[in-house]
Amino acid sequence: MQKPADRFGPARPSPLRPSGRWATLLILAAVIALIPWFFPSGYYFRIAALVWVTALAAVGLQVLMGQAGQVSLGHAGFVGIGAYAMALGPKYLGLPVLACLPLGAAAAGLLAFVVGRPILRLRGHYLAVATLGFGILVAMVLVSEIAVTGGPDGIRIPRVELLGWRLRGGETWYWINGAALLVGVWLALNLQSSASGRALAALHDSEVAARTIGIDVARHKLRAFVIAAVYGAVAGGLLAMMNGFVTPDAAGFLASVEYVTMVVIGGLASVPGAVVGAALLVLLPQLLTVFHDYEHAVLGLLIMLFMIFLRIGIVPGLAVLLRRRPAL
Amino acid sequence: MSRGEVMLTADNIGIGFGGLRALDGVGFAARAGEVLAVIGPNGAGKTTLFNIISGLYHADAGRVTLAGRDVTQAPPHQLAALGLSRTFQNLQVFFRMTALENVMAGRHLREGSSLLADLLRLPAARRANAATRDAALALLQAVGLAERAETPAGSLPYGALKRLEIARALATEPRVLLLDEPAAGCNAVETEEIDRLIAAVAARGVAVVLIEHDMKLVMRISRHVLVLNQGRMLAEGTPEAVRADPEVIAAYLGVHGAREAALA
Repeated sequence: MQKPADRFGPARPSPLRPSGRWATLLILAAVIALIPWFFPSGYYFRIAALVWVTALAAVGLQVLMGQAGQVSLGHAGFVGIGAYAMALGPKYLGLPVLACLPLGAAAAGLLAFVVGRPILRLRGHYLAVATLGFGILVAMVLVSEIAVTGGPDGIRIPRVELLGWRLRGGETWYWINGAALLVGVWLALNLQSSASGRALAALHDSEVAARTIGIDVARHKLRAFVIAAVYGAVAGGLLAMMNGFVTPDAAGFLASVEYVTMVVIGGLASVPGAVVGAALLVLLPQLLTVFHDYEHAVLGLLIMLFMIFLRIGIVPGLAVLLRRRPAL
Repeated sequence: MSRGEVMLTADNIGIGFGGLRALDGVGFAARAGEVLAVIGPNGAGKTTLFNIISGLYHADAGRVTLAGRDVTQAPPHQLAALGLSRTFQNLQVFFRMTALENVMAGRHLREGSSLLADLLRLPAARRANAATRDAALALLQAVGLAERAETPAGSLPYGALKRLEIARALATEPRVLLLDEPAAGCNAVETEEIDRLIAAVAARGVAVVLIEHDMKLVMRISRHVLVLNQGRMLAEGTPEAVRADPEVIAAYLGVHGAREAALA
């Protein structure tokens, strides 16, 4: 028998116990700081750096999907814009690569603002299809404008320098991406427990009620969409700099679907859930290589099992399980 | 606001859905500090009238004014900013939030903090959050839900959700409060609590407009009663006048209802 509360998923983090926010940040910081001790080789820094940057994009989508309840199947489009800004900014504007990070974020945010106005009027499946169309559009432009973007082969990112120091290598990007993720999670948690976050949660549950208590629903949805886009673009920029090149796959449909999967599997209502979901989807394919040809089938099966047995997501699901356990 | 001042007027309101004239020529004036009850059989158009006044539907005829301003075309969130708040017959609670958060959300218009301040958790945002929480706790206290503050709204019983919606509506600090069947599904004790709550809200100078089927409640607390039937005004006047009206008895109250109303 389900308790009534389960029908609507887990309650949001309590405003009376804000300590949960700091606990989450502390755990994340500890994980980032400590796991390098267990890395057998330098290769693991690259994988973990990829986890952090992917998680950053997923946290942005959690703001839109988990907090505001608006689905996006085009999130990778913004990741792609952020990534290509790192190549195109230096090439056409002569800017240093790092300066293109805020530029790409601003471009993605602006585009989200323009695109979001008309499409966020749609709901549910219609919104899903509209955002899907946006993502495909971005990917198609990146593939077909060969003269500018390099087409399907992708494009190189110039060397990245900060105050004369060259940023390169898995370990360097591990710390940069880890710090970026920590900041991203901090901002998303702040938002969730704030007045703006409550407005998003309100329109998520009942748009009608949200409007009658004075919430401008269209405006707040648009805000969430822009925030998600900026997260995606920053993550895309970091990813491109870490890899030294970018291909249209970063903006592709498959990537968009993966971001949605990360947010759902980790737990829609949970910011750290997005991080766990991202870690799972980046790491599992690495672990599943033992299955050779069946790698993707096993990955799919695992995702299905997670959804069947932990429908509310890994992080909220585990929280419920821990609470149910009798005190020792 | 001074007591008795007209806060909300609806004038000659009409709306059609397809070929059906759901409302036609309906009007009233709600005054500060007074309770106006809208009664009538199911399907009379009471909730439709509320939906038009609160901006969820747009009337195809007539005019609504709030504190002297024409708000016929205003969207709900602007109406809320102008001091109009409401509850719903079919509950529209934020089920994923706790009771406290529901009421905190109702403080939206009173929170001045910017998105940037919220993201960075600047001192201004923290102060606003604390003030919102205190105000919301006080309102939960007022509706008798203080001990349930931390309970997810999804697991509260029906009667508690009715009161939670009232607390959320009050959190906006309305000048006009529309209550759509606040006592529906509540037991006698809960109904009495809601009765007292409404009287207290009106006593603070809020204009209360109430849809209610509980005739005893209506007769006890309203100053003015509007009777709708099939989208039209059947009668209007003091509770005493309305319950004695033969047309109202025939269309709505029935003999039993008239007796019950007389007992109130």
